[in-house]
Amino acid sequence: MTTGGGKSGESGESGMTVLRYLMWTVFAAALIVVLTYALPPFRTYQLATVGAYLCVTAGLTVLTGLNGQLSLGHGALMATGAYTVALVQDGLAGRGQWTLLVSVLAAIGTTTVVGGVVGLAAARLRGPYLAGLTLAVAVVVPAVASTWDETFNSDQGLSVVLDPPPGTVPFERWQAWLAWAGALVTMVALTVLVRGRFGREMRAVRDDETAARLAGVSVGRTQVLAFVVSAACAGLGGALFAVLAQSVSPGAFPLSLSLFLLMAIVIGGLGSLAGALWGAVLLVALPAVAHSVTEGIDAQRLEGNLPLALFGLTLIVVMLAAPGGIASLRPFRRPFARLRRKT
Amino acid sequence: MDRFVFLTFDGLSRGAVYAAFALALVLIWRATRIVNFAQGAMAVATAYAGYSVSAATGSYWLGFGVAVLAGIVLGTVTERVVMRFVDHSSPLNEVVVALGLVLVIQGVLGMIYGNEFRPAAAPFSRDAFTVGGVALLSRFDLFVFAAVGAVVAALALLFTRTDTGLRMRASAFAPDVSRLLGVNVGGMLTLGWALAAAVGSLAGMLVLPTELGLHPNAMDIVFVSSFTAAVVGGLDSAVGSVVGGLVVGLLLSYVSGYLGATVAPIAVLVLLVVVLLGRPGGLFGRSAARAV
Repeated sequence: MTTGGGKSGESGESGMTVLRYLMWTVFAAALIVVLTYALPPFRTYQLATVGAYLCVTAGLTVLTGLNGQLSLGHGALMATGAYTVALVQDGLAGRGQWTLLVSVLAAIGTTTVVGGVVGLAAARLRGPYLAGLTLAVAVVVPAVASTWDETFNSDQGLSVVLDPPPGTVPFERWQAWLAWAGALVTMVALTVLVRGRFGREMRAVRDDETAARLAGVSVGRTQVLAFVVSAACAGLGGALFAVLAQSVSPGAFPLSLSLFLLMAIVIGGLGSLAGALWGAVLLVALPAVAHSVTEGIDAQRLEGNLPLALFGLTLIVVMLAAPGGIASLRPFRRPFARLRRKT
Repeated sequence: MDRFVFLTFDGLSRGAVYAAFALALVLIWRATRIVNFAQGAMAVATAYAGYSVSAATGSYWLGFGVAVLAGIVLGTVTERVVMRFVDHSSPLNEVVVALGLVLVIQGVLGMIYGNEFRPAAAPFSRDAFTVGGVALLSRFDLFVFAAVGAVVAALALLFTRTDTGLRMRASAFAPDVSRLLGVNVGGMLTLGWALAAAVGSLAGMLVLPTELGLHPNAMDIVFVSSFTAAVVGGLDSAVGSVVGGLVVGLLLSYVSGYLGATVAPIAVLVLLVVVLLGRPGGLFGRSAARAV
């Protein structure tokens, strides 16, 4: 897992690069397999959850960190992927393991389309306007599930029909393998994308749209593409969540999920794929720590709410203590921002 | 037809609340170029405080006053302790910090009060008067109109007729020049936040009794509707936010009444998309080279 920041000038040794990615991937995969054998079932399940989160945070950090588009709607995109898996699995029930691949691909496809639609709108919006629009997308999930309740079964949601794992593999181990297969594919694909021409174009658009346009970069196209890529990752993550939880419901994708994702990538370091990994670990670890803290004392209300408050506090402290975080992404925007203030 | 008339009045009543909430958003936007994404959570927090006081003392109006007062305090604290120190070079920063505030407030509220819905009492009856067999308005609706009307009038007076209002507008329009001329720009910003938070709290107290009830997340959907209202009117226009609020209120009322309540959030999203793509400056916004 390499960082996505800055170092894009090493294109001369592409053969070596491919080899390095391959070695990293094999190493990571081996590590995951070893871990799934070493860890008890519950920890294995948590490991799988980290993998599913990683798909989403990696996609989101590319969108927000490298392309400068803020999305609060990734929870809704995850829901899109998860519901697609539930529906396709239900339609193809009992025909063998290959159906899972079909439904995950269908989930990515659906989310890509939805992401394209949102991205087309998003490419025309900036700052708080984009945040507001994507917030509205995140809030609309339960309404969609209730409005078309014959399909989505409103608040109860759907159960995900899964075939038993092949051979004698325990279920959690199988889930962890699936989740991390998705996560590693995502990481490799994003790393390749970010290091290449597209990554440079995204950063150029983020830093200065006018300059990027003058240099021949199509700003709108780059922004829509970035959103589509990010949405596809969120769709894969959502699909994996459906596989992990074996059910989908609007309650699993609340607004706070979208905010958690944002927090994870801000704390991990915006635009860095390694940061996305730390963010994903944090998303699983912090609630677990809070749970074990509140377990001893009889405090039902702390459960779930303590991590919420901690997440928020961390987010604020990071933003205030390290103002260079996001700001350093757009050093050239300053004069324009000041001009805009005066109009 | 009866139904249409009823839905129209109902929509205007809802819209008045959205207008007040959107006005609070616009106040802060005009002063600091920040959209306060934490405003919904702040309003819920003050409403909890207000209803706690009401429950302890038995007086609704004492609780109402406490809620608005808590809004002033919370707005001041938010500006002085958090927002003042945010680096403004990227518009992402303020949004992220405000969202952090949302998480903190919702988490703390959940820890203190729990995550179940609590009933929010209304000070007046919500049964509608009927005129010639047509249900029109309830006492509570009249109270909403009166309260929002008073707030809008007071703010208009403040900004157009008083020295303080002039200083606030000057601080927002040209902070550097205002500072040179002896205006306490920082103080004016704090005052703007305090006022906006108080208006937001008032809107919260007016909207929570209608259908939402008290819940840490109760204002999420109200925030989205009000943000849409502010965008419809143009984020820079106070008049626009009031008109936008009424438009959104009517739309939500008609959609809920004719198509079902679950469709309402979808309608808001569609309206937001249409306005942002069709007329990003809003109905009352001036055109700019790059408004959005």
